[in-house]
Amino acid sequence: MKQAESWLLLLTSCVLCVSTHSIAGSGKLLATPGVSQVEGSAGGGIVPWAQLAGYASEVQWSLGGFCSRASVDDYRLDVCGIQANLFDRVELSYAEQTFAVPALNTDIEQSVSGVKVRLYGDIVYSTWPQLSLGLQHKSLKDDAVAALLGAEDDSGTDIYLAASKLHLGMLGGYNAFWNITARHTKANQLGLLGFGGQHGSERIYLEASTAIFLSQHLALGYEYREKPDNLGLGEQQWQDVFVAWFINKQVNITAAWLDLGSIAGQPGQTGWYVSVTGYF
Amino acid sequence: MNNKAHHMTRNLVASLIVLLACVWMGGCQSAARPTLYQKIGGEAGLERLVDLFIQEIGRDKAILPYFAKANVSRFRQGFITHLCDTLDGPCDYQGDSMIQIHTGMQITEADFNRVVELLINAMTEAGIDHTTQNQILARLAPLRGVVIKM
Repeated sequence: MKQAESWLLLLTSCVLCVSTHSIAGSGKLLATPGVSQVEGSAGGGIVPWAQLAGYASEVQWSLGGFCSRASVDDYRLDVCGIQANLFDRVELSYAEQTFAVPALNTDIEQSVSGVKVRLYGDIVYSTWPQLSLGLQHKSLKDDAVAALLGAEDDSGTDIYLAASKLHLGMLGGYNAFWNITARHTKANQLGLLGFGGQHGSERIYLEASTAIFLSQHLALGYEYREKPDNLGLGEQQWQDVFVAWFINKQVNITAAWLDLGSIAGQPGQTGWYVSVTGYF
Repeated sequence: MNNKAHHMTRNLVASLIVLLACVWMGGCQSAARPTLYQKIGGEAGLERLVDLFIQEIGRDKAILPYFAKANVSRFRQGFITHLCDTLDGPCDYQGDSMIQIHTGMQITEADFNRVVELLINAMTEAGIDHTTQNQILARLAPLRGVVIKM
């Protein structure tokens, strides 16, 4: 029910921001901030990118909100969140995730607070890729399932470094985008199954996204995210193929096909993803 | 694998890499390939584009003030020659440098991007296709460093 209310709120805001002019900054080029990833940061669908959420330039701010739904064979994830961009330097985000496990007739809820700082560059104009450093602090509301599966903690903090670049006209005249993210994490399935475990080994996990812009408004892309298998349940890498439609600087919609591998012992989790982001 | 086959494989791989690099970098250069200047319709196309761009600027409240003291016909001619030169047309721009022109204008990052958007609008109005637009922007993007916050 709460999720439905959030969706309604977001849709209402989107209608509002389509019908009125943005009061916040819009000094970036269309589509350059990307969309919203499932932990609330600006990114693709599953990978946080070096760009900050929203169109604020260095003397502007912006606020945004998003809701996403991922539906695979045995599970469903709903996420809604908000994002602030301060002077194209700092991104603050907060997201609430609800992970439905019909087999156990239970919902697992987690909140994610994020901060991202742009260290260098601009994805379009700088010689070297734009570089950002981010944190995502995740906290489970109820760790019953996580504890049952052998997770060590009910909260954790991911640290990531992301580099991204948009190459104008590079692929036969089409704009090409890539992002690489290195993340230190102990989170099991984003943290929804807790943090750490007896099979855990501390290391950096790699994530990558690439996209081609078919027009100013439409991007077609692929994402990859390496993940730990701390619980020894055969957790695998995530992948998706996405289409992002940047209607204008206020609203974008993303649809993706997901391959999330094995989740909590259930193999071959594939399905669909839809996400809507609005900036005020 | 014998030596000959090994060489053939190596040559094939090398050719593939060169081919892929060409595609990736936006095509191998050859004499037959039209320049960006030709792609947008030569002199007439360029003049139409610049006129549409000037109209876009004239309608934009944020950007117009930068041109308050500008001589529009001088800007028009200067920009046509500069673009013609930048897009490999038969012109040699000898006017004021981009630094000289923009010094003191204090152009912000947001306004710079707004001008890029106005140029995209003008290119779209002029019927220039998406890929050619991107290639034109790629030529102009390196100028940003000598244009903003001067």
